[in-house]
Amino acid sequence: MTDEPLLRVSALSKFYGSRVGCDNVSFDLWPGEVLAVVGESGSGKTTLLNCLSTRLLPSSGTASYRMRDGQFRELYRMSEAERRFLMRTDWGFVHQNPADGLRMTVSAGANVGERLMAVGDRHYGKIRATAVDWLSRVEIDEDRIDDEPRAFSGGMRQRLQIARNLVTGPRLVFMDEPTGGLDVSVQARLLDLLRGLVTDLGLAAIVVTHDLAVARLLSQRMMVMKDGRVVESGLTDRVLDDPRAPYTQLLVSSILQV
Amino acid sequence: MTDIATYNFAYLDEQTKRMIRRAILKGIAIPDYQVPFASREMPMPYGWGTGGVQVTASIIGPDDVLKVIDQGADDTTNAVSIRAFFKKVANVAVTTDTASATIIQTRHRIPEHPLKTGQVLVYQVPIPEPLRFLEPRETETRKMHALEEYGLMHVKLYEDIAKHGRIATTYAYPVKVEGRYVMDPSPTPKFDNPKMHRSPALQLFGAGREKRIYAVPPFTEVVSLDFEDHPFEVQTFDQPCALCAAENVYLDEVILDDHGGHMFVCSDTDHCEKRRNAPTSPLWGGRAEGAGGGLDQSTPHSTPTPALRADPPHKEEGKEKQ
Repeated sequence: MTDEPLLRVSALSKFYGSRVGCDNVSFDLWPGEVLAVVGESGSGKTTLLNCLSTRLLPSSGTASYRMRDGQFRELYRMSEAERRFLMRTDWGFVHQNPADGLRMTVSAGANVGERLMAVGDRHYGKIRATAVDWLSRVEIDEDRIDDEPRAFSGGMRQRLQIARNLVTGPRLVFMDEPTGGLDVSVQARLLDLLRGLVTDLGLAAIVVTHDLAVARLLSQRMMVMKDGRVVESGLTDRVLDDPRAPYTQLLVSSILQV
Repeated sequence: MTDIATYNFAYLDEQTKRMIRRAILKGIAIPDYQVPFASREMPMPYGWGTGGVQVTASIIGPDDVLKVIDQGADDTTNAVSIRAFFKKVANVAVTTDTASATIIQTRHRIPEHPLKTGQVLVYQVPIPEPLRFLEPRETETRKMHALEEYGLMHVKLYEDIAKHGRIATTYAYPVKVEGRYVMDPSPTPKFDNPKMHRSPALQLFGAGREKRIYAVPPFTEVVSLDFEDHPFEVQTFDQPCALCAAENVYLDEVILDDHGGHMFVCSDTDHCEKRRNAPTSPLWGGRAEGAGGGLDQSTPHSTPTPALRADPPHKEEGKEKQ
């Protein structure tokens, strides 16, 4: 293990005209660490995630990523080709709506295999074997490999999206509300699966969610956002058990008790 | 005959030809880069070869000899009309003979007779973008070409194998040109793909509706995409042409009657006629249905010439015995 962070973010801001997307966000992310970003709708969570994953360019600030060769690279100074290459090899992006992250008109096997083919794998048998292996790891039956994701349930689609992202062995995964829109029992299994994969593969992840329970289960560290600013950050258990900022106190006390 | 004076030479005005020639030159300089051009209205509907006609009109000169084929045939409506068009507006010599043509405009075939240096093959292209049906956004596909992101092309081939057990794409089979751009070779059968590889002829592609021109210069690498464990292969036919007994050529199925009668004949009509009319050939002028049945047992041969001399008598004997 190295004691250098995987991602260094400093004073990141994104403005949409005069409106604030996110403002002056700084943090470090270490390898194998899961960071949850929580906050209500419109607090800038998704803007922050899109900036970090270079899907959006920030208005100001820097983010540097430690590449596999150990060198830090400034994300927003990389060429588009390099960023896109990083995106499909060393990174993953799990969308809230699986249809955004999957190719809905090609089979599950091809969805998983696409990244492999994109990095130059040209052996059908091997690609297929890897796809079978990954489908089983995300608990999708092998005989569904030639079905299109359209024929899958919401939970299965989400699991397929996760398999598709993890097949190239990324080191950093961005997740935008990975359990949004799923019922609680499916959510529970998906969280279980994610937790297992993250631990087994030593993934670093940034999880955006408005669900504090998801954050509690998945993450070690947490950032609470409000109106584009980070109002509180710290270890997840500390933030949830002993919230200090008034907004975090409100958020924690708003959890419905069953 | 003064009606020719009503048109500029080869129909298009000189400024337009200049613009198209520039696009062609850029296309040749960057093999298979899809060059946008200001496609003109032509006196024919889109889908009938407006792109090919504009390319031909821009490169044709008074000394050129033009051949036009449609699915390999010189005598179909599209081919006859385009040939007549250029005869009228450019007053050029036209031919059906592949070897003596200097410009061959084609819809969806490459002639069987090998092309030679100095010849130009002009393709009519309906959809120039090989990634179109995989990624509908043109902004995105252009980016993918620019960044050489072609993993998606293999996704299509993967799907073929997963569904059919083999690569089932039979036409518009994607190729990689000079190790860089992935190209749609227009809807030619994949049978013709190997003919594009290091062809001595210049190959120009015109897509009128899509307003794109691209080119494969002579002696350029054109490699069909495939998987290591599912290599590219061309169509094979289990019987030779029913008219000229040619093997290793692309055959069309011709329906003869309403009772399931059919035969397979050369798609390249010029090639077929030449073989049947060759004075050295003992071939006869046309056999009809059922001929294929007797031909199946003949030993396969790779070159057409021995076939001409040796096989037909045997086949006739075989047929009589039946």
